[in-house]
Amino acid sequence: MAPRIPLQSPLQHSDTVATAGGVDHHPSQPTGWRRWLLTTNHKEIGTLYLIFSLSMFFVGGIFALVVRAELFQPGLQLVEPEFFNQMTTMHGLIMVFAAVMPAFTGLANWMIPLQIGAPDMALPRLNNFSFWLLPVAFTLLLSTLLMPGGGPNFGWTFYAPLSTTYAPASTTFFILALHIAGISSILGAINIIATILNMRAPGMRLMDMPLFVWTWLITAFLLIAVMPVLAGVITMMLMDINFGTSFFDAGGGGDPVLFQHLFWFFGHPEVYIMILPAFGIVSAIIPTFARKPLFGYASMVYATAAIALLSFLVWAHHMFVVGLPLVAELFFMYSTMLIAVPTGVKVFNWVTTLFRGSISFESPMLFALAFVVLFTIGGFSGLMLAIAPADFQYHDTYFVVAHFHYVLVPGAIFAIMAGVYYWLPKWTGHYPNETLAKWHFWFSVIGVNLTFFPMHFAGLAGMPRRIPDYALQFADFNLVSSIGAFFFGASQLLFVLVIILCVRGGKPAPAKAWEGAVDLEWTVPSPAPLHTFETPPVFRQIEK
Amino acid sequence: MRLWWRPSVFTAGVMSSSVCFAQSWNMPVGVTNVSRDIYGLHMTIFWICVVIGVVVFGAMFYSLFRYRHSRGAKAADFHENTKVEILWTVIPVLILVGMAVPATATLKNMYDASDAELDVMVTGQQWRWRYEYLGEDVAFNSSLSTPRSQVTGDEGRGENYLLEVDEPLVLPINRKIRFLMTSDDVIHSWWVPDLAVKQDTIPGFVNENWVRINEPGIYRGQCAELCGIDHGFMPVVVQAMEEEAFDDWLAERKKAAEQEAQGVGREWAMDELMERGESVYASICASCHQPDGQGSPPAFPPLAGNQQLIDDLDWHLDKVINGVSGAAMPAFRNTLNPVEIAAVVTYTQNAWGNDTQEQVQPSSVAEQTDP
Repeated sequence: MAPRIPLQSPLQHSDTVATAGGVDHHPSQPTGWRRWLLTTNHKEIGTLYLIFSLSMFFVGGIFALVVRAELFQPGLQLVEPEFFNQMTTMHGLIMVFAAVMPAFTGLANWMIPLQIGAPDMALPRLNNFSFWLLPVAFTLLLSTLLMPGGGPNFGWTFYAPLSTTYAPASTTFFILALHIAGISSILGAINIIATILNMRAPGMRLMDMPLFVWTWLITAFLLIAVMPVLAGVITMMLMDINFGTSFFDAGGGGDPVLFQHLFWFFGHPEVYIMILPAFGIVSAIIPTFARKPLFGYASMVYATAAIALLSFLVWAHHMFVVGLPLVAELFFMYSTMLIAVPTGVKVFNWVTTLFRGSISFESPMLFALAFVVLFTIGGFSGLMLAIAPADFQYHDTYFVVAHFHYVLVPGAIFAIMAGVYYWLPKWTGHYPNETLAKWHFWFSVIGVNLTFFPMHFAGLAGMPRRIPDYALQFADFNLVSSIGAFFFGASQLLFVLVIILCVRGGKPAPAKAWEGAVDLEWTVPSPAPLHTFETPPVFRQIEK
Repeated sequence: MRLWWRPSVFTAGVMSSSVCFAQSWNMPVGVTNVSRDIYGLHMTIFWICVVIGVVVFGAMFYSLFRYRHSRGAKAADFHENTKVEILWTVIPVLILVGMAVPATATLKNMYDASDAELDVMVTGQQWRWRYEYLGEDVAFNSSLSTPRSQVTGDEGRGENYLLEVDEPLVLPINRKIRFLMTSDDVIHSWWVPDLAVKQDTIPGFVNENWVRINEPGIYRGQCAELCGIDHGFMPVVVQAMEEEAFDDWLAERKKAAEQEAQGVGREWAMDELMERGESVYASICASCHQPDGQGSPPAFPPLAGNQQLIDDLDWHLDKVINGVSGAAMPAFRNTLNPVEIAAVVTYTQNAWGNDTQEQVQPSSVAEQTDP
């Protein structure tokens, strides 16, 4: 099936490693805080993105812990339902738009130019702008919590008319914040596409690119396709709230279900936006630590593209109980089940890559392996949810909460952590403290499963999501989940500790920090100098 | 396999928690043919996933153990094998087709609401359900009956904490019942796991679903779609009766409804109105405006000491009958009967120190609500 394309080769560098770094040609560069505000350097902007994302990961995490603390036992103990709803909503919004997405953009900023041998992103000033939109957007979003009537309380999916006619006054600010974050994403995506398509090292064809670059290229197209749909739907909300239109109000000839169609036409590709780059990271790490080439490079690329295309055809599987006609239910059930095929291809590829390798278990590899197992468990529950008749029972229960947290926490977030541990030597010039990193890994794995596995049972037993209090038969599951959540949350402080220690010192890393690593970033010194590949490296394919 | 999932056996063995109410770890089999079919699909796809998981993770952990660098494993260099890649694309497709066939059949059955013997209109409202037996002139509201003191923990929690209502939906067994579902405000979702019915209720639109219950009993569920502050306090309780008992019940309810209609014409005393008004207020108004009338501003204004309400009885009555456009206050002209509206307005005018001594007679409400 797949054409026999030569695998990614060891790279022939035009210059020696020592000169590849070059020197700083900008003696007049601003210093202090202005350096960070005005920077157009892809590495510095990447660092800004990653620090922003990490901070927001903790903000969103604290919101989650408020939710879990209230759900620790039946009854209302800590917060009122109104504030509880604001916490679930803000947790979702912050984690999706301010933690996971900027983390991947940060990794893209750092690594894509290094992996394709480009000196920087194609549009450096735009790059600066797209980052600095984010703190503005999320300061605005978080400030709604302090406004009269409170912040958004209608869930991160903000279904109309709960988010329009019945929404708190701050919803207009929420809309503005999402618009700003959306512009940031679109600009970032344009930049990434322009960089990948125009600035690859001479000799590097598309099918020679590392998979992280490939998955990001496809993700960027998804972003450009769907962020405007989100912008459209929140603008319609804005009109309904402030200008007397009735897009989502049946009383004026509108349709509340239209909101859901538009939202999920954005929302389903959005969930792949949060997982495709994770596939790319894992596809880099597993071959490195198995010391063996990825089993099916081409089929990985095709599977990624297939998942991206299918993502536009499955949105209504989030809406199986809104009263769609039978044919629509059948179509969306079949198309959703089909996604299991390319996703399966990916998992089989990773496992086959491990087979007859020479495997070592450094922290990036541990996170990548946990990703494969736990993401696949999330995939299994996804397959169950695709069965439309069964979804009538699963829908809007904790089973769904378990499902998407399995694909997002040990899925997307573990992949991000794997990527951070993998590339920290390149960024800082030091290896992260392996002992602490391993503690972080094991605590995270235990915490994540304690938190989210019991949610499967709670959901099957009948617990709806987004409730601040629950019937007594769900008490045990919630107790375990809450303990797990606090354990997981606390163990993330180790992550911060490892990063700080690694920035400040540690075992020095050579240019090629990992024995089995092959991509271009490992040909520049560690830490990577501010400017790299000012003379493009020559990329030569070794024919087999 | 069945036994493993039997909740009590497994739970008792594994959980040592002192408050071990966990009755189930799995989806209920339920009491309708559809719910049994769905349970069957659920278990089938579950075991398929388990088998695939065992194979894939087995291969993975074998490789991780067998080919460790620390044991001196030398990496092979193979990659790509068209035969293998075709195989692991085609086999999943076949499994999926095998799964899609029974799922399609079940779904078709679930969508066939024809030939129903009884039509029940289900209307979601923040935060209660309204049930209307179409063509029978019987309708009532069903709200949470768990007292607030149990939520706050001032009182011990009962067995059906948060899953109990003042008036359950009563249905006959062995008859096909069609639900017509809509909402007065935001989207809700009516869900009873044992009946395997979950359907969004959407303002301005009517959805359809159906059920044929095989066994009498009390079946509990909850609103499944986030619908505002009290989303978690909006249970569904269905009482399924033998057919004859149901017919008796329905006849009795019809008679009571007729009596209530006759009550519209007569003059009501202040005490009567206050007594009736208090119970209507507790069941309908208190979830937003609070039992003490203090409301929770800004969405839900206070009623106690509300000057506009005290000064202007007609304004007050109009808001209850017609609602407030663009705000959370719904129109109650179709939800409450004239007696209930007159009683609750009278109650609100005089409770919590409002003391206007004003009263409203059902007959004058009827003039405003009758088309």
